[in-house]
Amino acid sequence: MTAIGDVKRRRIDELAARAGQVPEGEGGVSLTRSAFRRLRRDPVAIAGAVIVVVFLLVAAFAPWLAPRDPLAQTLLSEIRPGYIPGSREGFPLGVDNLGRDVLSRLIVGSRQSLLIGVVSTLLGAVVGMAIGVLAGALGGWVDSVVMRFVDILLSIPGLLMAISISVLLGQNQYSLVIAIAVTQVPVFARLLRGSMLSQRNSDYALAARALGVRRGRIVFGHVLPNSLSPVIVQATLSLATAIIEAAALSFLGLGDPDLGRPEWGAMLANAQQFLGVRPELAIYPALCIIVVALGFTLLGESLREALDPKFRR
Amino acid sequence: MSIEALPAGEAARADGPVLQVDDLSVTFTRRGEAPTRAVDGVSFAVDAGETVGLVGESGCGKSVTSLAVMGLLPRRGVRVGGSVRFGGVELVGAPDRTLRDLRGADMAMVFQDPLSSLNPVVPIGTQVTEVLLEHRDVSRGEAADEATRLLDRVGIPDPGRRLKEYPHQLSGGMRQRALIAMALACSPRLLIADEPTTALDVTIQAQILELLRELVVDTGTALVMITHDLGVVAGLCDRVHVMYAGRIIESADRHDLFARPRHPYTGGLLASVPRLDGARGAPLTPIRGSARDTIPWAEGCAFAPRCDHAQDDCLTEVSGSTVPLEHDGPARELRCRHPLRRPPSATGATASGAAR
Repeated sequence: MTAIGDVKRRRIDELAARAGQVPEGEGGVSLTRSAFRRLRRDPVAIAGAVIVVVFLLVAAFAPWLAPRDPLAQTLLSEIRPGYIPGSREGFPLGVDNLGRDVLSRLIVGSRQSLLIGVVSTLLGAVVGMAIGVLAGALGGWVDSVVMRFVDILLSIPGLLMAISISVLLGQNQYSLVIAIAVTQVPVFARLLRGSMLSQRNSDYALAARALGVRRGRIVFGHVLPNSLSPVIVQATLSLATAIIEAAALSFLGLGDPDLGRPEWGAMLANAQQFLGVRPELAIYPALCIIVVALGFTLLGESLREALDPKFRR
Repeated sequence: MSIEALPAGEAARADGPVLQVDDLSVTFTRRGEAPTRAVDGVSFAVDAGETVGLVGESGCGKSVTSLAVMGLLPRRGVRVGGSVRFGGVELVGAPDRTLRDLRGADMAMVFQDPLSSLNPVVPIGTQVTEVLLEHRDVSRGEAADEATRLLDRVGIPDPGRRLKEYPHQLSGGMRQRALIAMALACSPRLLIADEPTTALDVTIQAQILELLRELVVDTGTALVMITHDLGVVAGLCDRVHVMYAGRIIESADRHDLFARPRHPYTGGLLASVPRLDGARGAPLTPIRGSARDTIPWAEGCAFAPRCDHAQDDCLTEVSGSTVPLEHDGPARELRCRHPLRRPPSATGATASGAAR
């Protein structure tokens, strides 16, 4: 396997090994509640949460927040070959090469970026968890076969795989979502399988077996709920990756071909040709991508610390 | 007790022991390594209402014995030999389904660490009702009522509220009570308790032991008590089997064992218990070495390297086979060539030779 796959596998396995460790001396407070309590005191978590919430609100209320129609080419009469877009009175962040309001496009574009990020992460998590449960619950040769396949997927660089898949599936919104989801699947599968394996040999699983509880019930009622915390953390972190990948694919022209839906990656690609004269046109969407990804990453990292008994104070 | 939990083995109930273990052996095999024999020719029987103790230090095979009886050992890499008959049904090699139907309904187990034996993310009530729903034909509501009664019976105050709580919200003693309630949910005929008091503090230990004793007396459940704590044995067990390196080395009724230990290992265990009436600061007399200092049974007596009474014939194979487990007076068995002849010197070294 390639080095890249190795590094990824090790990271996932470390995360999985920490699943469900019961904290000592936290009498009277449940795991989730104490995690939430620590999150609230953690400035990094708050910063991440604020960023995420702001972007979510902007995306939710985009049509009402956008000062202008993001598609209206307001200055059509002035646009001729050789036209240089840029700042203009009445447009806070200027206009693009077709005379469209950049601010409105950024605001409406947040919908597309977040939607693709969330949907593809959800899809990837669901499929990945199904595979992980299969391998973790059945074990034996099923586990070996499934996990070798997952290892192969892991060893392929994510973006490369996403590009190949979206090219294969053709250019539309759904292929973009599927392509990004597929890159998330092996991470979730390996993570959940690892943490289920460590939980399967736990005392309470043995105790449940000693009471004659059937295997399906032990897997879904006991082992799975205890294996979920690393998956939740990973899902938060994956959102950041998914948004970046979605923007990257759009930037490369593999995104949604529907011009009626502005998207940050596509805006970035569009601004590229004016990078020398109007760098700010590229900086605005890039900044949006970076900040929202940062928000999810901060939230995910502090969530991991909060759920990890080793970091308890 | 209730009739509904009884399987086809009803006829075998009146006569014969509840559990009959014969020549049980457990071998762990790993590729590239020599197989390890963790349990080697263990035989014992438990009658209804009787409490049998399996005593020995860590690693002597007592827990593996209990897991083998319950059929809880993994199938891969483990070979179980001999016979385990439960109410006339052979359990060694029985299909998973048979075992699963018996576990929880007719035979149950209580484990050592009550915190890790309970699922941390599921409320106590769900875990108790789960057993009832699995083995009895009851509705969810009936199971919840029964769970309340069970918690009440094992002495958990305010059971209705406790059912909704999570394991970490209960104290150690209450967790163990909840586990006992789960084990007793379907009135099993056999209860195996694997060091049920080790993780608890002393006052709670006494309460849990008292609870177990009451339950055995009330219901006629056969109890197998696995422990390294001779205090537990003295308080609870009718018959005691002392294990060492995977074999039973001495079996006796409780009073006989404490009054006249015959195996040097049993004597050593008794002598290493601190005494309240001893002189202050009097040194304890531990058994030399550790459980790792053993030799294979095939080469003689596994305890010989640590034994003060060992002689040359303990270390070498004499009669073509290993040291056998032989009858030693009424209702006693012993695996030793040079047994103790007098009470252990714990009461005072000056009494030496008095019983000779």
